[in-house]
Amino acid sequence: MTIEGKVWKFGDNIDTDVIIPARFLNVSDKKILASSAFADLRPDFSKDVRKGDILVGGSNFGCGSSREHAPLAIKEAGISVIIAKSFARIFYRNSFNIGLPILESKEAVESIEENDQVSADLVTGEIVNKTKGEKFQAKPVPDFMRGVIQAGGLVEYIKKQE
Amino acid sequence: MGMTITEKILAAHSGNDVVRPGDILQADVDMALANDVTAPLAIKVFEEIGKENVFNRDKIALVPDHFVPNKDIPSARQAKMMREFAAKYGIKNYFEVGQMGVEHVILPEKGLVIPGDLVIGADSHTCTYGALGAFSTGVGSTDLGVIMATGRVWLKVPPTIKVIFEGAFNPWVCGKDLILYLLGVMGVEGANYCAIEFMGSAVKKLTIDQRMTMSNMAIECGAKNGVFEADEITLNYVKERSTRKPLVIKPDPDAKYEREIHIDVSKIQPQVAFPHSPDNVRPVSEGKDVKIDQVFIGSCTNGRLEDLRIAAGLMKGKSVAKGVRVIVIPGSQLIYKEAIREGIIDAFLDAGATIGPPTCGPCLGGHMGILAEGERCASTSNRNFIGRMGDPKSEVYLVSPAVAAASAVLGRIGLPEEI
Ligand code: SF4
Repeated sequence: MTIEGKVWKFGDNIDTDVIIPARFLNVSDKKILASSAFADLRPDFSKDVRKGDILVGGSNFGCGSSREHAPLAIKEAGISVIIAKSFARIFYRNSFNIGLPILESKEAVESIEENDQVSADLVTGEIVNKTKGEKFQAKPVPDFMRGVIQAGGLVEYIKKQE
Repeated sequence: MGMTITEKILAAHSGNDVVRPGDILQADVDMALANDVTAPLAIKVFEEIGKENVFNRDKIALVPDHFVPNKDIPSARQAKMMREFAAKYGIKNYFEVGQMGVEHVILPEKGLVIPGDLVIGADSHTCTYGALGAFSTGVGSTDLGVIMATGRVWLKVPPTIKVIFEGAFNPWVCGKDLILYLLGVMGVEGANYCAIEFMGSAVKKLTIDQRMTMSNMAIECGAKNGVFEADEITLNYVKERSTRKPLVIKPDPDAKYEREIHIDVSKIQPQVAFPHSPDNVRPVSEGKDVKIDQVFIGSCTNGRLEDLRIAAGLMKGKSVAKGVRVIVIPGSQLIYKEAIREGIIDAFLDAGATIGPPTCGPCLGGHMGILAEGERCASTSNRNFIGRMGDPKSEVYLVSPAVAAASAVLGRIGLPEEI
């Protein structure tokens, strides 16, 4: 499955407090959460992000708290995939569980710049920077997690198993 | 080839004789935990799965601690949802305002975690219980919802990093300084996807309260968990709180570690993490020019009785510096009561500090001590990310209870020797 979109680029160690500050955690409605994504760091994000856009981060993306509100807000805002050099453990897990695709590739992140047009194949992990005409290969996803993605998230996966 | 403590606990809970880093397994959960921020989403997931009952009503703990006593109407709704869920399914370990406190303070205190257990919480600081020789780690709400329905969790076996602390302690150096120092050495991503085993003669001397501070901040190094080997000190702590039989697990002599880090404790002076990252650490002596507006003593890192005792001991008979607000939050109802009995609360009040009810409060910029633009706080908590305690232009300096108390009196970051 290939997706294509415009890039929003972020730096290293983007923590979950930055993705969604705690003052917005008194609700769990996805739409409200999405409207607070990156509220302090990039107030324009939730307003200007378009469905299908791609978020690119540096290393240790999503570090900090376990709040699933963080990947939920990003997904609901319209982001189709996150590409980062590396992800913090809980964020990685949460993203798979809620069906938000994520790919790890240091090289791709180094090449991609803000507003580049990028496509990504979620099955093969091939990332293409169309603006620059460069191709990259993301780290393969463990089989178990591919199963979770194919089922459409952990809840569906568990329902099938039970 | 032998196994590490983490590998052994994961093997025992997944019906395997041997597990290796990278294996993905399904493990049985001894205790599942959520709070008023993560439980509402987990409850939705549980309901979506459509099970009639939770897997075990005695093995779920629900602790409203982030925004309670409720700070506003939306947070009151969240807490209500959790309370109603707990009542509907007869969740035994639900702690209402009046019995509550910070989740990671309460669980060990009530004997809900013992050595050898596998604990999963929808809160990143669930790793705190590694101090008791348990495997414990944080997950998100979907994972927790699934656990409430099935009692099981999928886990990838992490490689283990062994950190060995040896040598004598300098004055006022405590568990917080050791873990801050380690963060300085490893960095915030230094243990990503890994387990940490805290070893060595120096940490063997530490109390459970201090070990909990260290395991608590394992996540700040990116680690999945941070475990101590259970010993006499652990067993004495658990004996007073639980009737269950602890399982003391030691690593095999031929266990394989990803790497070993040796730390000479005698080289460590009291530490402070400068904004805006917990690994931005320096000795406190380098922070003497940092004037502060607020001091926070509390949280799941340093809101336990020993922490309050140390801070109050230093502040007794002294006054909070002019222009500084000092907010003390005991980690639990029990700690609050004991602190009153020991005169700790009196010492704080006489010095000019204010005492809050047991809750997370300002630690996550929730309520009861939010910072304005440009303000600085010396805090005993665990994170100093941008905007963590309030305005994105405020600053948080992470310190031990002793340094927090000294700083409260000095009005700037400083050492206990200076007051
Ligand atoms: S005290 Fe702070 S770090 Fe601990 S559980 Fe509460 S908000 Fe999280």
